[in-house]
Amino acid sequence: MISRNTRRRYASRAWLGLMYALTVVAIIPLGLVLWFTVVNGMPSVIHPQFFLNVELPPCEPRCPAVSNAGVGHAIVGSAIMVGVASLMAIPTGILGGIYLAEYGYARWAGSVRLASDVLVGTPSIAIGLFAYAFLVVPLHHFSAFSGSVALAVLMLPIVTRTTEGAVALIPNGLRESGVALGLPRWRVSLQLILPAAAPGVITGALLSVARAAGETAPLLFTAFGAHILELDPNGPMQALPLTVFKYALLPYRSLQNQAWGAALVLIVLVLGINLVSRWVLRRQIALAGQL
Amino acid sequence: MAAVVESRVATPVAYRPPREGFRIFVGVVATLVPTILVLIVSILIVQAMPSIRHFGASFLTGTDWNPVTDSFGALPAIFGTVSSAFLALALALPVGVAVAVILAEPGHTAVRGVLGTGVELLAAIPSVVYGIWALYVLGPWSFEHIEVPVSDHAVFIGWLGSPAVRSLFNAALVLAVMILPTLTAISRDVIKAVPREMKENAVALGATWWETTWRVILPSARAGIFGATILALGRALGETIAVTMIIGNAYVIPHSMFQPAYTLASVIANEFTEATGTLYPASLIELGLVLILVTLAVNIFALLLVRSTAGEARQV
Repeated sequence: MISRNTRRRYASRAWLGLMYALTVVAIIPLGLVLWFTVVNGMPSVIHPQFFLNVELPPCEPRCPAVSNAGVGHAIVGSAIMVGVASLMAIPTGILGGIYLAEYGYARWAGSVRLASDVLVGTPSIAIGLFAYAFLVVPLHHFSAFSGSVALAVLMLPIVTRTTEGAVALIPNGLRESGVALGLPRWRVSLQLILPAAAPGVITGALLSVARAAGETAPLLFTAFGAHILELDPNGPMQALPLTVFKYALLPYRSLQNQAWGAALVLIVLVLGINLVSRWVLRRQIALAGQL
Repeated sequence: MAAVVESRVATPVAYRPPREGFRIFVGVVATLVPTILVLIVSILIVQAMPSIRHFGASFLTGTDWNPVTDSFGALPAIFGTVSSAFLALALALPVGVAVAVILAEPGHTAVRGVLGTGVELLAAIPSVVYGIWALYVLGPWSFEHIEVPVSDHAVFIGWLGSPAVRSLFNAALVLAVMILPTLTAISRDVIKAVPREMKENAVALGATWWETTWRVILPSARAGIFGATILALGRALGETIAVTMIIGNAYVIPHSMFQPAYTLASVIANEFTEATGTLYPASLIELGLVLILVTLAVNIFALLLVRSTAGEARQV
């Protein structure tokens, strides 16, 4: 006969065990995604020419032993589009974040904050439609630049909110000492607070770059994609996620391999950026603790 | 002494009001965010106008999608979007809350650190990588080990019959993995924001760990967890690429959840570049408009809910 209290204690342990088990279940997909992407992508990525060559049409049924296909054009395209998007979104987002952190008491700041959070949750396909209607329709052709605009819209709220978080961490003493020395507010914010908050701000920028690099939906009808290396931002351009999306769905083994290879490049890039930014953020929190 | 003070007050420069230039400048830059949001919605309304004028309210209830006869109705796509999102939520919610409870436990251990990082990295994986994984790995596995056995044992239940590799259920499965980090991150913060005293009181009264969690912590974090759930729902509704690759893209209301379906976002992703004429692209944009209005409403509701309950805890 087990006493009631013993039963309660065992029940509690069992529930705790169950919750840990569910937590492990939650990260199993991470392991599986990584494992299968590496296993399927490695045969393509192992050849250095995969990073330099452009894609090839399906070679079935007689494929060469070593494929000459690659994703060089997609890597260059992703770099150009994400780069241009970063130039637009990161400075704007940092200034917006400074506004939210430094003048956060203003009524308007509340609306900006809500709008940023809503924009983060807006479906990326709708942002793609917006860029299409805003730039592709008036110009009558697909362009990498319109893709950059779509990506910048995605990045902007992320940079804004993370900058706000990082700037808000800086103790008021630093701000007050700047003002007490007679510095104008813009110099206090940009030359005193921003450098102190730099690690957090860089984290936000990196996270937004990672997010933009992995997005497919906004590029479908803006950058559209290309089969060769394109450098003109006024024309269509290929990107890594587009390669994965388009080739994964085709019935040719050689193209599917290119898709898996592109997926592996993408996931290494994105997870790499994420891990680096985590490390930077940890330094920021340590730094802010010292101030 | 008094004379010195007087001279100090008298000599300085005349009072200058604080300069507002910088505040106004960053304020204007920050205003870009709400402006873009308004611009997105209004441009989509303008572009969808031909379809809105032509079909009116019947667009939302029509089940036909035929570019040849210019007859468009959104109901199957709306059904697919809503049912896949709710199915994903049902799958993700128990796991998400369990993870949040574990991660919100006080103290930092190596195991929890690894688990927490792992769940957060789930959010970093690009949608298209989930898509290719679902298409070649998860879909076939789930077909063989979940769909077929379940439908074999439950043939008499219609909506569990006729399994397919690309199906509504498999789309919901991927969605569940994708929304888990959203669910977990916010629930964890909300649970952490429950006052320490409440927990201590329960423990002092002799409650076990589970009784404290189930009867004290979770009930007081209820509203915030609900907000996190709604926010995750918004993510699931708007997810495009992974769903497009696995849901099967059949413009029908499926009779079984193991059958192919379609979502608002997938229809746009698949058909928009091929849409010609006036009414066809406008109808696709109206699908996007329906999607964005629903997600906006869901997101605003959830954000206000989370903000009012978590308060300070969600500030950073």
